[in-house]
Amino acid sequence: MIDAVGNPQSILLLGGTSEIGLATVRAFASDRPMRVVLAARPGPRLDAARAELEALGCGVETIEFDATKLDTHAEVVRKAFAGGDIDVAIVAFGLLGDNEKAWTDVEHAVELAQVNYTATVSTGVALAERFREQGHGSIVAISSVAGERARRSNFVYGSTKAGMDAFYTGLTEALREYGVTVTIVRPGFVHSKMTDGLDPAPLATTPQAVADVITDAVRNRKELVWAPAPMRFVMSALRHVPRPIFRKLPI
Amino acid sequence: MSTLGPVTDTTVPHSIRSGAPARRTAALHGWGRTAPTLAQLVTPRGVEDVAEAVRTAGERGVIARGLGRSYGDPAQNAGGVVLDMPGLDRIHAIDPDTGVADVDAGVSLDQLMRAALPHGLWVPVLPGTRQVTIGGAIGADVHGKNHHTKGSFGNHVEWLQIVLADGSVRELTPDSALFWATVGGMGLTGVIVRARIRLHRTESAYFVVDTDRTDDLDGLLELLTDGSDDTYGYSAAWFDTTSTGAKLGRSVLTRGSLATVDQLPAKLRRDPLKFDAPQLLSFPDVFPNGLINKLSVRAFSELWFRKAPRRQRGSVQNITAFYQVLDVFGGWNRIYGSRGFLQYQFVVPRGEETALRRIVERISRSPFDSALNVFKRFGAGNDAPLSFPTEGWTITVDFPITDGLSRFCTELDELVLAAGGRLYLAKESRTSPEAFAAGYPRFDEWKAIRDAADPAGVFASDMSRRLKLTL
Repeated sequence: MIDAVGNPQSILLLGGTSEIGLATVRAFASDRPMRVVLAARPGPRLDAARAELEALGCGVETIEFDATKLDTHAEVVRKAFAGGDIDVAIVAFGLLGDNEKAWTDVEHAVELAQVNYTATVSTGVALAERFREQGHGSIVAISSVAGERARRSNFVYGSTKAGMDAFYTGLTEALREYGVTVTIVRPGFVHSKMTDGLDPAPLATTPQAVADVITDAVRNRKELVWAPAPMRFVMSALRHVPRPIFRKLPI
Repeated sequence: MSTLGPVTDTTVPHSIRSGAPARRTAALHGWGRTAPTLAQLVTPRGVEDVAEAVRTAGERGVIARGLGRSYGDPAQNAGGVVLDMPGLDRIHAIDPDTGVADVDAGVSLDQLMRAALPHGLWVPVLPGTRQVTIGGAIGADVHGKNHHTKGSFGNHVEWLQIVLADGSVRELTPDSALFWATVGGMGLTGVIVRARIRLHRTESAYFVVDTDRTDDLDGLLELLTDGSDDTYGYSAAWFDTTSTGAKLGRSVLTRGSLATVDQLPAKLRRDPLKFDAPQLLSFPDVFPNGLINKLSVRAFSELWFRKAPRRQRGSVQNITAFYQVLDVFGGWNRIYGSRGFLQYQFVVPRGEETALRRIVERISRSPFDSALNVFKRFGAGNDAPLSFPTEGWTITVDFPITDGLSRFCTELDELVLAAGGRLYLAKESRTSPEAFAAGYPRFDEWKAIRDAADPAGVFASDMSRRLKLTL
């Protein structure tokens, strides 16, 4: 259960090696260690994540999870709930990809669409069923500001996040009547291994800062948050910039 | 109004039953307004309805809920069934000769008090509000300002009727282990549906009250240990958590006993059992977060301390003035805003005054502000393994939910446990399963009795999941 001061007792991280996801688990664990289920591809990064969280006092379970194997997702979610209620589930997996390759190479484009959209929908449906049954808890979907308005430099990724964002926006409403909160997080540019080597955009942030935004959102049952917070107003303005001007902006 | 004379009939008259009990989905939270969850809220109209709901509870189980005055999550059950017990509100009998009241579990202490007073009978244990049900009072084994003389609520129950996990109805008396596991058992042994309570005799509904103001915590402890405390039926102190240094723990101690007719002024003698406790106003749900802050708490504390007389003897007061000040205000929990608040109540054993002082210092020096602070001396505990009161000192403080409060409360847990103390489940909303269990050396004994009575885990609440109280 999430207690009176907003501490969960169990977290499922889909994308168990995601930097934002792990930073969020650490942020919660710094107040109160908990049961953590990491769903990810097995490997040294997952082992390292497990060791780090165990050192913080968390009990860690790992489940093999491959976002592209859609028919395994229901089973992955079932296994995560086998050890009891999940208070917070974070949908943190995703691919940034190479935009120039993605819009010219079918295979790469489809891969991005499958992982970022189809797989998040597939896990989302499975999560929704479990959360509905338990009648409480919080699902966090890590979206992106890239989904708010497609940009030439990033539109394939942006289009997948737009789809994911819309799905979880609807899920927020569908699960409300079951006592379940869905939080959509829209980070801007985050310094991480995903963006390694890219030029940071204005208002660039860190996984730790995004994690703080997420923990606050879960504790206060917020449904839509930006990281950093001022990104909300930047994107609100950008959405309304006329195309001839928008395409000239250095973003 | 009650019928007089003992009643043994336990069947529910058909006249008050028709069709299936009302059922709806409801978001439920405790008095602290934190951590709401959704459940199927079923309003039973008789024992049969309760039994049926228990038999058909489903995987997420069932828990009874009274008037929702527990601060945390013991009376909510995410995804499961919650029984809205105030639907069972019959006073079956009040026997003026034996002083025993036979009541449904959904009857409130307020209702019982109003029915008992005309017979010159008084509810033996009253917590800070009368808006709790009999079932809740037993389930949390509540205590009042008279704990040092009368013990907790369970001490005054001579019989109770409970619906067990298989839907059967069982009668329990204090010679059974399940009785004592049910007292303080937070509804996790079964659903209490009816009980017989031994009431006390009183000549009036008024108190004769002595007030003492002390300049610090030591002054308060002195008054509570010099033997004078035992001469009062009722005793509790408010203390200041905003003052430090020489004023640390300055307090207003009010102690009194039920007045005899002779002690009343002539005006009150005409109707000494008159019970006049109106609700003066009800707070709307419009208060912002942060209203209860350093400034407002300091101002309140200063005022509360100064308005109290330094020393006053023999003041005649009614129950609202002396006892249940907050019952005058409906929905007073709303002033803490949408994030809600938590109440932290602990007890440390007698002899741990140094640790107690350190805890009060820790609270006073912290950035967290509490206005409604209670300090009370407990007498001996009872036989219930999960009963909270034990000989020693209990402190209650209220904190609005703010960032960092979690870690601060964890620190307090450590100080309390190191002093051999424990936390009170009726107030609890945020501790860890380990910290809770560490305070109750007989927890395993309770759990063994509970699990034997409910091997499939039919009874479950958000609290039982959070603190791992059940299977």
